[in-house]
Amino acid sequence: MALTDLTVHELQALLRTREISSRELTLAFLKRIADTDKHIGAFITTCEKTALENADRADARLSAGNAAPLTGIPLALKDIFITEDIRTTCASQILDNFIPPYNGTAVRKLMEQEAVLLGKLNMDEFAMGSSNENSAFGTVKNPWNRECVPGGSSGGSAAAVAARQAGATLGTDTGGSIRQPASHCGVVGLKPTYGRVSRYGVVAYASSLDQVGPVARDVEDCAIMLGAVAGYDPADSTSINLPVPDYQAALKQGVKGLKIGLPKEYFIEGLDADIQQTIDKAINTLRELGAETVEVSLPHTEYAVACYYLIATAEASSNLARYDGVRYGKRMDDGRGLIDMYMKSRAAGFGPEVKRRIMLGTYALSSGYYDAYYLKAQKVRTLIRQDFLDAFNHVDVILTPVAPTPAFRIGEKTADPLQMYLSDIFTIPVNLAGTCGLSVPCGFSRDGLPIGMQLIGRPFGEETILQSAYAYEQATEWHRHSAPL
Amino acid sequence: MTSRYEVVIGLEVHVQLTTQTKIFCNCSTAFGKQPNSQTCPVCLGLPGALPVLNRKVAEYAIKTGLATNCSIAPRSIFARKNYFYPDLPKGYQISQFELPICEHGRLDIEVEGQPKSIGITRIHMEEDAGKLLHDSGDTSRVDLNRACTPLLEIVSEPDMRSSDEAIAYLKKLHQIVVYLGVCDGNLEEGSFRCDANVSIRPWGQKEFGTRAELKNINSFRFIKQAIDYEIERQTDILDDGGRVIQETRLFDTDSGTTRSMRGKEEAHDYRYFPDPDLVPLIVSDAWVEQMRRELPELPEAKISRFVGELGLPAYDAEVLAADRLMAEYYDSLVALNGNAKLCANWVMGELQRALNDSGTSIADCPVTPQLLAGILKRIDDNTISNKIAKTVFDAMWQSGKDADTIIEEQGLKQVTDTGAIEAIVDEVMAANPGQVEEYRGGKEKLMGFFVGQVMRATKGKANPAAVNEMLKKKLSG
Repeated sequence: MALTDLTVHELQALLRTREISSRELTLAFLKRIADTDKHIGAFITTCEKTALENADRADARLSAGNAAPLTGIPLALKDIFITEDIRTTCASQILDNFIPPYNGTAVRKLMEQEAVLLGKLNMDEFAMGSSNENSAFGTVKNPWNRECVPGGSSGGSAAAVAARQAGATLGTDTGGSIRQPASHCGVVGLKPTYGRVSRYGVVAYASSLDQVGPVARDVEDCAIMLGAVAGYDPADSTSINLPVPDYQAALKQGVKGLKIGLPKEYFIEGLDADIQQTIDKAINTLRELGAETVEVSLPHTEYAVACYYLIATAEASSNLARYDGVRYGKRMDDGRGLIDMYMKSRAAGFGPEVKRRIMLGTYALSSGYYDAYYLKAQKVRTLIRQDFLDAFNHVDVILTPVAPTPAFRIGEKTADPLQMYLSDIFTIPVNLAGTCGLSVPCGFSRDGLPIGMQLIGRPFGEETILQSAYAYEQATEWHRHSAPL
Repeated sequence: MTSRYEVVIGLEVHVQLTTQTKIFCNCSTAFGKQPNSQTCPVCLGLPGALPVLNRKVAEYAIKTGLATNCSIAPRSIFARKNYFYPDLPKGYQISQFELPICEHGRLDIEVEGQPKSIGITRIHMEEDAGKLLHDSGDTSRVDLNRACTPLLEIVSEPDMRSSDEAIAYLKKLHQIVVYLGVCDGNLEEGSFRCDANVSIRPWGQKEFGTRAELKNINSFRFIKQAIDYEIERQTDILDDGGRVIQETRLFDTDSGTTRSMRGKEEAHDYRYFPDPDLVPLIVSDAWVEQMRRELPELPEAKISRFVGELGLPAYDAEVLAADRLMAEYYDSLVALNGNAKLCANWVMGELQRALNDSGTSIADCPVTPQLLAGILKRIDDNTISNKIAKTVFDAMWQSGKDADTIIEEQGLKQVTDTGAIEAIVDEVMAANPGQVEEYRGGKEKLMGFFVGQVMRATKGKANPAAVNEMLKKKLSG
């Protein structure tokens, strides 16, 4: 077994006993990236030099015996995380020359642990997309089948873990952007409760929905990563001041006696047969482990996608106004005045999906339409959140599919944005409700593509969904399968 | 001149707050520093940066709201005002829209003895934009030091009916924010900026006329000029049977006129919506009460106390209360010397003159209330005359020495000894027999001449009352 095949918790042990050094491990991952990424395209930027400097500092700290959980572990970040002195593109032409002067909070926390930053990962431009086809840096390929998409928008984050190019990665999830690619790539991805992880230093797509979370080889790695970045941050007014539990310690509590809700609106006619079967089997496994399952209802589910595409695009239209060519990023200026510079810079800098969403959002906020669209969507959002809170009066966890189909083929849905938007139909409601959800592998389609199940928890109930996923994972072998690469 | 039209004016005032740091980041708000030296990822609008509210700004807003009789919202919301401009780094300004922190206030003004109450619609918090520096060529540069500095926007009801009322309202508001210490009140540096909405309508008409918005005028005089010009312009249009169009107009200080900047059709759709990066601001009753306790005594209350308790004439009370530090100086002085009128005369007279002549602000005044009280004490006990007291005051201003030291060193002690005064009076009468004759012949005006002679002989130190008395007695002989 190669070093790059090991999980973070396995690597932790080897590093602490000094059986391996972080430098050795980092070199192994850098070689793996060099060998495989031409087939995958997960990385926009690799940081060989700084990664080895990180590794040497980590080795000194490991030798001194005061290692933190991620000291010396090679990680990679979605290119939406602001990294000091390291180019941060958000997979957009408009930021392709942007080198930030500061680190965001999550990055700072990882750096304080002396984790090793291998590089910055591909994604849909400004996190807008469900397939990673909306990147100015090329489409990421699914490591299980390179003719398929890895999912999106954190496609690079999921593909890099599946391709063993990094110990674990961070992504962001606004409508499913961690869970859906994790499901498509056969890895574990968690979207924490809104406010659990600071958004400071994460390029904003839709501020009221964006949340940082880990993508990892298994549930335990996911717990370790979440513990490293979670917590109140005075620099983010929307972060919540609640203590961070020891997620790793909570894993082994099992599911015996846990009540799992199955929302009837999510198990409908026409759901992909492979998805239906694998999810049914997973439900049975959880029952065998002692969980009780009951049907619940989330009655406003059908409005979630429409609601999301009003709120997210409205916020995005404002969040992306700062890319105007004045202070940083791409500027197209041929001396015809300010308005001309704005229009040319933004026309050249943004891709078609980003432009589509800016236009949708601008429309939704326009005078005369605000009440009918944005305000109405906010009211629907409240109802959707209430659906979840009501359901959690009866159950501890809600179980659903992550996506309506396994990974689809590259190009299959690019001509039809609405079909693409429906890829996130099961994940979007969790963001609107502001609560937490994860994707854990639960089988394969007939074509050999991974399928994940979604476990949704109460607000700040990350421990419960991690513990459920862990119990399931321990009882199954899915996480031991590796993409053929 | 009576007009066929009634004038309607509403004012929007932008007050720059004196907090040490900006409204949503920790950068300094100091004025006049190297361009872009006081910036960070937040006020530069870098990707990923997030705003965090400076609580001090909310405190200043609450105090201003309380001082203008507003109700304070228990829950208020920050909103984004979206528009593109190079001095606006995020492409939106964080402001308040639907739920501002203060609403439903009023200010009482007085114009030519007529009291009037002007409604305040709302007060909200917002961030300022940066500044464009225009080069000689066709390029401009952006300085973001001012970006994200805190402002209050104070919006009045359209309650004013003349430029004089508008100016009275503005001066009152200016006085209050300076009194509160939330604004330095510097109009030239833009710390207190005013936009005026002006319209006219035929007397008796209920609906408002179409208004013009006059932008960013930086002195009270110019505001009055701009409004008066605008009233004339609109009157001419209506008199000629035309229609006023809704537009934004800029005041030109050189010509004293206003010109169109942009029309209604060019008005922005700002697409206001609640800023998802900031949580609602919750203001508890306890917080409001704490702010209320921290309010200084405001000008109106001071004036009525000066008149009611200290017995000052209304004029003196208003002059003294106009400036908070001056009023506090006066209060300290009265606490040391109970003669309120004497104190008022000195503060409004000698002290004000010395401050003006030397261009010194009251904050840097070398003569403290304690020192000045030392002079007044020696006037009261007849050690020195009022006239000599002014000499002592000038010496004190220069040296900072106390009154008794100066009187002692310069030998300024008043001569009250009647024997000594009598001797001098005798000398003066002996030296001026002609005048004595004339006086006795009925030319009583000459009394001034004799007093002057005696005072000269004593270098001003003789007690004037005693001299008068002695002269009368001797001359009537």
